[in-house]
Amino acid sequence: MGNPRRIVNPHGTGASTQVMAAGIALKPMTRGAVEVSTGQRTEAADQEFSAVVEAHRLQIFRFLLASTRDIDLAETLTQECFLKAHRNWSSFRGDSSAMTWLMRIAINLEKDHWRNRRMQFWRHTRTNSVDLDEASEWLPSGERSAEQQMLAREQVGHVWKAVEGLSGRQRTVFLLRYVEDQELSEIAQATGLSEGTVKAHLSRALGKVRAHLRGKP
Amino acid sequence: MRMGANFENEDRGLGVDAELGEALKNFRSNVHAWGEAEYGRARQVKTVHELSWRVAAGWALGCVLAAGSVTGALYERHHQRELQKIAAAERAARQQKLEAEQRASKEDEDLLAKVDSDVSREVPSAMEPLAQLMSENEAQ
Repeated sequence: MGNPRRIVNPHGTGASTQVMAAGIALKPMTRGAVEVSTGQRTEAADQEFSAVVEAHRLQIFRFLLASTRDIDLAETLTQECFLKAHRNWSSFRGDSSAMTWLMRIAINLEKDHWRNRRMQFWRHTRTNSVDLDEASEWLPSGERSAEQQMLAREQVGHVWKAVEGLSGRQRTVFLLRYVEDQELSEIAQATGLSEGTVKAHLSRALGKVRAHLRGKP
Repeated sequence: MRMGANFENEDRGLGVDAELGEALKNFRSNVHAWGEAEYGRARQVKTVHELSWRVAAGWALGCVLAAGSVTGALYERHHQRELQKIAAAERAARQQKLEAEQRASKEDEDLLAKVDSDVSREVPSAMEPLAQLMSENEAQ
């Protein structure tokens, strides 16, 4: 009965069929394994999806937050992303990791949001974007001195400024790489671009970041 | 952090040097710290109840405004008609009064003319020769 669905934990071995999230452990699950009755199957799928939500919600939210710098919008888009994922969960074949699949949905939702906003500019012109300086404030103190903290904050501010000036695609690729630590192949899958194109976008984005860091934007 | 050998190789290929790498690491820490702080923060959620109440209030206000506009327009129209009726009645009364006055003055003029002609034509018989003389003189 079709391909067995595998949930791949991107932070684990990469091919695990178990998801450990927030204390929830799922047994290896395939469509055949849960085919006892329709009720049980639905319950198992829901449980499986809940585990995926628990495992990836923060990452999706974080990516959307960095991408939009709007907390409410990031929250809304995250909810929409998981709602859409839940509706289409049965059609997810497990060709890519659940994270890559979710990220693709999030990227498309963000794109749609900006497109709709451009088309319906008279409806909602208010933006809640967090100020760049305010966004740069967030840094774990760790074992740094006050001076190192200040330097780090300054660097982060420059990177934020560079990110603000990137095109939509460059920003997406850059954030997936340097915030979500994704490899080029994963970024290519999530964005639907070829690896070469991803590399080109990343290279341009890094060039702009470098220029900002050197004070020559 | 999941930066394996492959990741580092790819970064080297992209020309990420130590300075840029440090900045990117700080940026990553910044976004992670911010994301975790905002993710854990309780947010006010708009309930459906609150939303529906607002929608209902909006509709009610809209209906009241629409009804007010229609009522106002109808009242204004009615008021204008009343004013027009009063003005027409006043015009008609003025016209009638004028016509009556004109009629009365014409009757007076006719009466005076009749009296004049009657008076001028009826000369006493004793004065008849004198009247003839006057008319002959006028002819000459």
